[in-house]
Amino acid sequence: MAKLTMTVNGRQVSGTCDDRTLLVHFIRENLGLTGTHVGCDTTQCGACVVHMDGQSVKSCSILAAQAAGSSITTIEGLASNGELHPVQAAFKTHHGLQCGFCTPGMVMTAVDMIRRHGGNLDEATVRAELEGNICRCTGYHNIVQAILAAAAETGGVRQAAE
Amino acid sequence: MYETIYHRASSVAEAANLMGTAAEGKYLSGGMTLIPTMKQRLAAPSDLVDLRHIAEMKGIAVDGRSVRIGAATTHEEVATSAALASVCPAICGLASHIGDPHVRHMGTIGGSIANNDPAADYPAAMLALDAVIVTDRREVKAEDFFTGLFETALEDGEIVTAVRFEAPAKAAYQKFPNPASRYAMTGVFVVRRADGGVRVAVTGAGSDGVFRHRDLEAALAANWSPGAVTNVKVDDSDLLSDIHASAAYRANLVKVMTKRAVAAA
Ligand SMILES: Cc1cc2nc3c(=O)[nH]c(=O)nc-3n(C[C@H](O)[C@H](O)[C@H](O)COP(=O)(O)OP(=O)(O)OC[C@H]3O[C@@H](n4cnc5c(N)ncnc54)[C@H](O)[C@@H]3O)c2cc1C
Ligand code: FES
Ligand code: FES
Repeated sequence: MAKLTMTVNGRQVSGTCDDRTLLVHFIRENLGLTGTHVGCDTTQCGACVVHMDGQSVKSCSILAAQAAGSSITTIEGLASNGELHPVQAAFKTHHGLQCGFCTPGMVMTAVDMIRRHGGNLDEATVRAELEGNICRCTGYHNIVQAILAAAAETGGVRQAAE
Repeated sequence: MYETIYHRASSVAEAANLMGTAAEGKYLSGGMTLIPTMKQRLAAPSDLVDLRHIAEMKGIAVDGRSVRIGAATTHEEVATSAALASVCPAICGLASHIGDPHVRHMGTIGGSIANNDPAADYPAAMLALDAVIVTDRREVKAEDFFTGLFETALEDGEIVTAVRFEAPAKAAYQKFPNPASRYAMTGVFVVRRADGGVRVAVTGAGSDGVFRHRDLEAALAANWSPGAVTNVKVDDSDLLSDIHASAAYRANLVKVMTKRAVAAA
């Protein structure tokens, strides 16, 4: 048992858990943030993707203890003042989800992808970057459209600001 | 996952000390192999010594054509290093195709070579580049480091701290990914040095792990072109045969990947 402290969605949190507790379980069970999902036990599906110190990671394959002291963003941390994040809004507009199980991981992956590629994303890159995220429902098409739309919008905003 | 005790080291010396006092400890780097294995209960270390916060094990240094990559450097850092891309883009390309973005944000070069998965990508690069594996105790040539399936020359408690190599005149890596896992079903790293010397290392195919193919090397040293590979015979008797591909299929892939790599170099 260890007492951990980390920053989650901008708020400092502490909790006690086993050293073997996975970050995803710490987030869901200790913190009650159940937006982050578990879809597999082989590190392949990406339903559990969160950001750790600004980079996308699979929280099902990181110990909570490894994440101690870091800054975590989960799907709950994206919207601000009741307004959806542009990537969330694009998933809604482009119908990038059906059952929604993969969606938190898809959205966190998309935000990270746009952070790294900016407005330069093309369809082939988006599809390659989705390697670690599995969706059983949509056939990916609308997910890809949503990400491209969000990239164009936020990349465009960035260009306008420069 | 079985119970374990987590320790975080801030220096190589501290990590070695922590390991010395553990009953059956294991080092933890990116955890992208070890944590999934522990989740499946295929590994049950009493203690984990986390190497991810050791500053002296991180970073990429390029001095002329001499390259040093710290063992705790992530696949993403290798993939996106401008300094590395200017002397050896092949290794950046290799790193950019390991797993997926999330795995690349955590997984490290040190973890990959210490693990020596027979289908992993980095061992082929290390062997073809004639790299030196630096540990907290000694320096080992890649040739002597990779000793078999998931086997290396590492002794109990020994830590890989970095890898070093001289960037060659030309290099390229081509892999035929397993359609499900994306690990190499066969991957070939080719190197041509300024003096004309050629090295060809194959991963994903050998039943004893990564290996050099001397006949391909000789053919390419005589004639550096994809066509030079055509008449080389690749013996399939020492190649892996499994549900993904037969040995004969892999033998063919060795040639196809070598041709593609030479064309890309
Ligand atoms: C979904 C998925 C897809 C993947 N696809 C690929 C792929 O296409 N190609 C590929 O090559 N790999 C792939 N991998 C594996 C990935 O590259 C791992 O990151 C890598 O194999 C291990 O590195 P790590 O830093 O995560 O090591 P860890 O998992 O932390 O450790 C692995 C082993 O090495 C030991 N170790 C770690 N660091 C050191 C050190 N410095 N000194 C001594 N011992 C050490 C540990 O004790 C452990 O036994 C994939 C993994 C996943 C989960
Ligand atoms: S739950 Fe993490 S990858 Fe599937
Ligand atoms: S929307 Fe159902 S799994 Fe993706």
